[in-house]
Amino acid sequence: MQKSVSIKDLSLSFGAVNVLENLNLDIGDGEFLVLLGSSGCGKSTLLNCIAGLLEPTGGQIFIKNKNVTWEEPKDRGIGMVFQSYALYPQMTVEKNLSFGLQVAKMPRPEIEKRIARAAEILQIGPLLKRKPSELSGGQRQRVAIGRALVRDVDVFLFDEPLSNLDAKLRSELRVEIKRLHQSLKNTMIYVTHDQIEALTLADRIAIMKSGVIQQLADPNTIYNEPRNMFVAGFIGSPSMNFLRGEIAERGGKPVFLVNGVDFSLDGYKAAERLQPGRKVVLGVRPEHVKVNEEAAGAETHQATVDIEEPMGADNLLWLKHAGHTMSVRVGGARRFAPGTAVTLSFDMGLASLFDAGTEERI
Amino acid sequence: MSDRVVLKVGPALAAATKAGIEPYGAKPRRVLSGRNIMLYGTLTLAALYYLLPLYVMVVTSMKGMPEIRLGNIFSPPLEVTFEPWAKAWASACTGLNCDGLSRGFWNSVRITIPSTLISILVASVNGYALANWKFKGADVFFTILIVGAFIPYQVMIYPIVIVLREMGIYGTLTGLVIVHTIFGMPILTLLFRNYFSSLPEELFKAARIDGAGFWQIYFRIMLPMSLPIFVVAMILQITGIWNDFLFGVVFTRPEYYPMTVQLNNIVNSVQGVKEYNVNMAATLLTGAVPLIVYFVSGRLFVRGIAAGAVKG
Repeated sequence: MQKSVSIKDLSLSFGAVNVLENLNLDIGDGEFLVLLGSSGCGKSTLLNCIAGLLEPTGGQIFIKNKNVTWEEPKDRGIGMVFQSYALYPQMTVEKNLSFGLQVAKMPRPEIEKRIARAAEILQIGPLLKRKPSELSGGQRQRVAIGRALVRDVDVFLFDEPLSNLDAKLRSELRVEIKRLHQSLKNTMIYVTHDQIEALTLADRIAIMKSGVIQQLADPNTIYNEPRNMFVAGFIGSPSMNFLRGEIAERGGKPVFLVNGVDFSLDGYKAAERLQPGRKVVLGVRPEHVKVNEEAAGAETHQATVDIEEPMGADNLLWLKHAGHTMSVRVGGARRFAPGTAVTLSFDMGLASLFDAGTEERI
Repeated sequence: MSDRVVLKVGPALAAATKAGIEPYGAKPRRVLSGRNIMLYGTLTLAALYYLLPLYVMVVTSMKGMPEIRLGNIFSPPLEVTFEPWAKAWASACTGLNCDGLSRGFWNSVRITIPSTLISILVASVNGYALANWKFKGADVFFTILIVGAFIPYQVMIYPIVIVLREMGIYGTLTGLVIVHTIFGMPILTLLFRNYFSSLPEELFKAARIDGAGFWQIYFRIMLPMSLPIFVVAMILQITGIWNDFLFGVVFTRPEYYPMTVQLNNIVNSVQGVKEYNVNMAATLLTGAVPLIVYFVSGRLFVRGIAAGAVKG
């Protein structure tokens, strides 16, 4: 894959605080990369470094194979969309779109052509003469995207663009951004703390924590094969159940032992690497546990329903099992009163095992 | 039975229910409550305390000297005359010459306008640079500037006299304008820096991505958004410089004395009878400019003060 943005050994520190340390990242041409993490993990900082708004203390940034580490933001071939929209309040939508082009001394006809094109793509034609204060949140963000669009750049940078919108608008604009990416085929780097946005939009997700990329993979891999407990716990809502126990041996096969209860590890991909006695954490997603009549296979477990949370499409059960509380997702039509005894079975092919010490996936 | 229950709730409610009024909507409030009497009483007293001297001044300035000699300072003029005003403006004596306050007025205008414009222009660019372009040593520079605001003026007067003399502009209006500009710098820079810091940082970033430079961002993005704070700075400077006495008397020659210094000379000159009416008129004339500035821009001033409130 042709590289569009390439980051080599990037470091950034504010005084004694290292925000980024020796970060390496390659982003392919036309790829939609999402930087995901909780606040303070350095994802916005990384984006600002790529944009040229923050100066790194070490390392290099390449855009289209050109070293832009010391370049001004305008010379990097990037457009950026901000969380607060950052539209110039005293200018009309049209002026907002044309400001950057005017600064670059582009001829008038070309400016008009580009604005017309952006207005058509984003359907903001009727708004061109209005001031930002007269627009709704969704319209403002559309204009902000338009401002990046008219600059005809190689790389789009999004800094939590949907976080200021209400839930309904957010999901609408999410679809629009995805459509935009499919039609423009530009490289897009998108910062968010919202895992749904990350999973739905991304070609690849980079999950960050304390300035370090924890895992860089496609959404499917991130969801099903998280590399460590942080990634596993961060992605998925409600989050993955973690059972702390150890490996034991039953009849020549490794099993997972917690509070005296055995879990067969048949079907787990790396079962041969499990030495008996090793302290491990078993991670099971709520939707990968089968209940009652769906429970099947060689091994079943008994549990009691503690709390039931109906969510419409599905129903979340909090169960007491082997001294743990675990969440299980069942269909919305299946209801369980608190105190009901249920039978469970686990699909080990979809579960994850982590080393209890390093928290890395086994 | 129901009456007894209501009585427990409170006398007002009980009275209302007795009168057959069902509580509904806004609760009725007594106009003459103890709280209101305290509140409005205090406010009225405070207002009187401040307005009475002004009243005495206005009234006295419109009386003739014979009427003043009667000693009824609070009584309104029996015969309204504007002669004291005319005299204060055009022919009152300030020791050497007798052409009234008019000369001082024009001197003050010639001092205030350039000082205000230059100091605001420089301070706004300073504040913008400090808030948005974090250069190396910006914080140290800012701290030094702020500390400067706390050094008593008296300490600096003599050194500045020497500096101005060496530059050959001691006693000129140019010298005084420079002094006013420099002394306005700390507070104005603080004001502008805080205001620009309160503007969303992302606007500045967006403008940089759009390729705008230092001056383009300042003139095309920041300035149009900053009208209220410019009005505040203007009011602060106009009133401050107009009311200045110390610098005016120290750094200029008599022919360039600002209005305040001339006012002092008129009021304090002891030649024959003390003309209270002329003195009052002269004082009101001198105070008129700041007063008008406040009245004209009061609303913008409040808005700007709130926006530029001291912050981080």
